Amino acid sequence: MSQVPALEVDNLTKKIKGKQIIKGVSFTLVPGEVFGFLGPNGAGKTTTIRMIVGLISPTSGTIKIGGKNVRTEFTEAMRHLGCIVENPELYPYLTGWENLEHFAKMDRSIPRSRLDEVVTLVGLTNRIHDRVSTYSLGMRQRLGIAQALLGKPKVLILDEPTNGLDPAGIREMREFIRQLAREENLSVLVSSHLLSEIQLMCDRVAIISKGAVLRTDSVQNLLAEQERVIWKAEPLPLAKQLLSEETDVTEGADGTLITLYNEPLLPDWNAKLVKRGVRVKEMRTQLPSLEDLFLEVTGGESID
Amino acid sequence: MINLVRNEMLKLLRKKRLYVIILIIAFLVPLFTYAQFKEIQEQREKLGNQDWRTVLQQEITDTQNRLSSSRIQDEWRKYLKIRLSQQQYYLENDIDPRAPGAPTFMRIFVENSIDLLLPLLVMVIVADLVSSEASGGTIKLLLTRPVKRWRILLSKYLAMLLSVSFIVLSVAVLSYGISGVVFGYGGWNMPLLTGFTVSGDELLTDHVHIVPQWQYILMEFGLVWYVCMIVGTLTFMLSVLLRSTAAVMGIMLASLIAGAILANMVASWESAKYFFMVNLNLTNYVSGMATPIEGMSLGFSMSVLAVWGIAGFIIAFVTFSKRDIY
Repeated sequence: MSQVPALEVDNLTKKIKGKQIIKGVSFTLVPGEVFGFLGPNGAGKTTTIRMIVGLISPTSGTIKIGGKNVRTEFTEAMRHLGCIVENPELYPYLTGWENLEHFAKMDRSIPRSRLDEVVTLVGLTNRIHDRVSTYSLGMRQRLGIAQALLGKPKVLILDEPTNGLDPAGIREMREFIRQLAREENLSVLVSSHLLSEIQLMCDRVAIISKGAVLRTDSVQNLLAEQERVIWKAEPLPLAKQLLSEETDVTEGADGTLITLYNEPLLPDWNAKLVKRGVRVKEMRTQLPSLEDLFLEVTGGESID
Repeated sequence: MINLVRNEMLKLLRKKRLYVIILIIAFLVPLFTYAQFKEIQEQREKLGNQDWRTVLQQEITDTQNRLSSSRIQDEWRKYLKIRLSQQQYYLENDIDPRAPGAPTFMRIFVENSIDLLLPLLVMVIVADLVSSEASGGTIKLLLTRPVKRWRILLSKYLAMLLSVSFIVLSVAVLSYGISGVVFGYGGWNMPLLTGFTVSGDELLTDHVHIVPQWQYILMEFGLVWYVCMIVGTLTFMLSVLLRSTAAVMGIMLASLIAGAILANMVASWESAKYFFMVNLNLTNYVSGMATPIEGMSLGFSMSVLAVWGIAGFIIAFVTFSKRDIY
């Protein structure tokens, strides 16, 4: 963590008509990591992202992209940023190539050769000279990423990148994002309300709800905390009774028992069961889904 | 900046709006040419071999007769009186005010389209310049580039200037080119009178002088361009303020038409002269027509328009650079 952060958000707030929409959001992205921004609809994900990309001015707090303040050094900060905010809305009456040319012309530091590079990178070579109005959603999504990558940014911000994609497209997008982070040392900020997506794609996650960040941690850490052990044993009632003397036990759906994972004590529990004649058939640890975790952290706030 | 303006022009061209405008003009000009042609033909038929002087004399007598009627309104009487002295001036100086020819058609065409048709065409181009980016969501991509917001808006404004100039130019070229087929292309040097000033119900001829028609047309096109610029700037402002192109068009259309209606009935409501839409008929000052409200002059109307234009420009730029985009 000694590197200069690619993106630094510090104590960001936004007040709209006297209502506090964002209440002091802070987080940092290091180069090469994929950071997930997780929260239910209306939690403030998009508002925060719009403040980061300079579309909305924050009420207070600072945002630095590659060390440049978005408010005071807008042009320099934007040079390090590529983004898709919500849907990749491009000009439908222009071809894909013209769209890219259009955005490339807005930044003098982008050489012409970069256009070919990004087109190849997102795999749109065959259709790039067709009008965008004839593109499928997946192709628009790719063109959107191509335009975001034009300026060789340090930070890529993708708001709901897998929205509207089919399962194959989602998988492809996920691998593409991971590849970008790995090979180009790009920091990627991904927002989503799809927990499974974030879990598979991201290194670290911030859980946001009602305008505040509830937790920020690596996916492993978050999940490890909630790691459980699944027991399969006979006879079940006896096993349950013995285990409940030691720890909390819940009964699983298919004749299993679930306890918390506690590494030092686990062998003792097992020995106790065996001593009392319980036949332990299976013992395995299970990571909970991020979904369980999310519900726990946000206190069961609805998510779709 | 040149690159940004080029981008805007590319988008304008790809939206095919300019072609539509040219098509509209190219469709309307033959229509009016035919109407004008029919009118001249009918006049000729009516007159037989009569000299235009006799006709003008007749018109003068006609106007005098109408003036002597007691049932006409004061405003109308005022206008007729002015018209009468103008006609008499033409006759005394041996000038045929209706001599046909493409330049004359051009002149009449712009004089009649300055307060409604041309502003409408300008509106069609400008109305969605900014609002379409907002409603299409592309504004989010446009404003997250390493370019300051005011520069992006300025590039759009410059593109607006270019396309408005293009509209005015194509009106000139098309009306000349198409009507010339019927009326012939001559008549650039026909002498015309200008410098009429209206004071009260009198047409003052103190400053009246003769200019060749080409100079007169140049003057009028300058004014037409100015009016189009102001209408363009105001539409531009609305386009920044509103997300919906339909709303921009609606508001502009309503105010332009209101202007045309107001001009006929505001003579006694003096402060109405500060509305921009009552001041659009700048060419009337050149040809010496009565103003809708007393105390209006070319300088006055141009200043009123300038104030509206500058205000619109400032509002557009301030809102655009400060606004939160959701």
